[in-house]
Amino acid sequence: MPRPVDNAVVSKLRERIQRLEGTSGRGRQVLPFGVTEIDRRLPGGGLALGALHEVAGGGNGAIDGAAAALFCAGIAARSKGKVLWCVTRPDLFAPALAQAGLSPGRVIYVEAGDEKALLACMEEGLRHGGLGVVVGELARLPMTASRRLQLAAKRSGTIGIAIRRWRRQAEASDFGQPTASTTRWRVSVLPSAPLPVPGVGRARWLVELIRCRAGESADFEVEAPDAKGRIALPSDLVHGSPEEEARRHRAAG
Amino acid sequence: MPATKAQALVTDLVVMDSDPVADAEALERLALWALQRYAPIVAADPPDGLVIDTTGADHLHGGEELMLSGMVNRFHGSGIAARAAIADTWGAAHAGARFLAQPTIAIAPGAQGELIANLPIAALRLDPSIVHGLRVLGFNTIGDLARQPRAPLALRFGPELGRRLDQAIGRIAEPIDPIRTPELIEVRRSFGEPIAAAETIARYTAKLVAKLCRLLEEKGLGARRVDLLFHRVDNSYQAIRAGTATPVRDIKRLTRLLTDRIETIDPGFGIEIMSLTASHAEPLTATQVISSLVEEPEADVSGLIDILGNRIGQRRLFRFAPVASDVPERSIARIAPLTPDGGETWPGHWPRPTRLLLHPEPIETMALLPDHPPVSFTWRGVRRRVRRADGPERVFGEWWKRDAELVAVRDYFQVEDDAGARYWIFRSGDGEHGETGSHRWFLHGIFG
Repeated sequence: MPRPVDNAVVSKLRERIQRLEGTSGRGRQVLPFGVTEIDRRLPGGGLALGALHEVAGGGNGAIDGAAAALFCAGIAARSKGKVLWCVTRPDLFAPALAQAGLSPGRVIYVEAGDEKALLACMEEGLRHGGLGVVVGELARLPMTASRRLQLAAKRSGTIGIAIRRWRRQAEASDFGQPTASTTRWRVSVLPSAPLPVPGVGRARWLVELIRCRAGESADFEVEAPDAKGRIALPSDLVHGSPEEEARRHRAAG
Repeated sequence: MPATKAQALVTDLVVMDSDPVADAEALERLALWALQRYAPIVAADPPDGLVIDTTGADHLHGGEELMLSGMVNRFHGSGIAARAAIADTWGAAHAGARFLAQPTIAIAPGAQGELIANLPIAALRLDPSIVHGLRVLGFNTIGDLARQPRAPLALRFGPELGRRLDQAIGRIAEPIDPIRTPELIEVRRSFGEPIAAAETIARYTAKLVAKLCRLLEEKGLGARRVDLLFHRVDNSYQAIRAGTATPVRDIKRLTRLLTDRIETIDPGFGIEIMSLTASHAEPLTATQVISSLVEEPEADVSGLIDILGNRIGQRRLFRFAPVASDVPERSIARIAPLTPDGGETWPGHWPRPTRLLLHPEPIETMALLPDHPPVSFTWRGVRRRVRRADGPERVFGEWWKRDAELVAVRDYFQVEDDAGARYWIFRSGDGEHGETGSHRWFLHGIFG
């Protein structure tokens, strides 16, 4: 990646463009992930407040959306204020969200009859402004609907998250359609961290940043949220391979 | 039947004098209760009925059928045997509740004509002498009557007969005169020229709300439920009911709740009177909102809750609260979204899946008994090899709930397949004793 040019003229020009696009001020506030690797790739150093984000599961996760939901719960747990979680299928298990740091007292669930009602509820929640995060589990997200959500979020500064979840694997190709969301993520499960004893370790995900406005796409291998909703890079990746570690020691010594 | 004969038939029969005045008063009280609970247009239908216009109110109670059964159960709980019917017309609902076999029935729109055709003539709310006269002539059911030419019948029995028949089938309107009590806070506005445009209705709604809020403020009350009634020129009513989660006296908020639903109103040929009632009010005192001593308070979301609740129904809006139970599906309870938060949560030391299937789905497995996780399992037609597993977490049946759960056991395992997808599966039974369960395997949840 080329280094951004530190030039007074360029930065002034950038500011003007941002003002024209209406992304200055509130739009620049972010909720960092607390993982430098990820925050570095996102404009502003974190997930933009007052914007719509899309999260889908990869593989089987496109249908059950379990990892995607937990990923969003982690984000919601680190935000401030109440969380509105809109669903059409009532299979979300609240104790799991509590284990990701999202305490039950903070989440208000809306069980909408269909996706149209769900979109209306999400928009109302985003417009209100008193909520931290509004999450909606959707199969279809047309351009117009996403644009409405994005505008509503922008005005109030609330994070909007659309968890894309389909009935059939074949429908997941819908995720390629353009929408007005600011970022688009795909969360797929990976084999969990190996343990020295029999058992299942901390879950690992492949988090792909497929689309990011004013940023580049990237993918990260992360560990699932801890009790405070923080995702982390697996320790073996943070420290690099043993040879690299040894080389670094030699260089330091 | 004379009282002496009845006493001879039933031992220990309690005999009471009939008291029509007290009966009517009790019915009135019941009507007021229904007004508070169900819909804005309620009237007593003496001697033994209530009539409720539930248009636009049923979705708040989970739909028509659920509302009816809930209503009958509630009456049953307070010792009143009740039957209920919903139909397009008052007449058909009256007949359906009294003469159909089912204790609750929701008659489909437009189907009332054929449904009441088989009912006896007494279902038509006619004078007993007319009913008797018709029976002498050989008419037994409403269908017989409906097929006859009107003129000779009207000549003999008067216009009442044709009117009741038309009212039951829905050819002519029958407005319900809603019950009101003096202590209800009500404001109304009559129009010289009937209004119909949505914008005009919205403007006058705002004016009425402002007036109502002033009255509420004088009494120190806040509205929990407001009813906006439209009296149309053709002498029928349309209504909007809005409920709030906390007592409200905020003009803007109440106006918003009411104007949100204006499109559900059919103004017909015009509206000549609008009246706004606070049908349920509770004390509302001023509280200090901002103080520099405490940290920034959390934003008030009750306005949002009201808007969403009125749109999709109060019971579709909820929070989950922990319940002290080890059985996963029983460990959560739905509570109202604005219940004060005590900070309780679930014990966090056992893994819990993000998605919990509504019904555990049976899976085919290969597993060593008694305490090994399966080597592989087949779910929804796909075979998955288990790479890693954790467990068992043993959950015992709750013997204090049902006898059948006295020895029941579930052993939960967390398993991970080749791709890394993790599932929550359980074996019903402890793997050794047949009485603890069927020893079949089920998939209950999916981890994120």
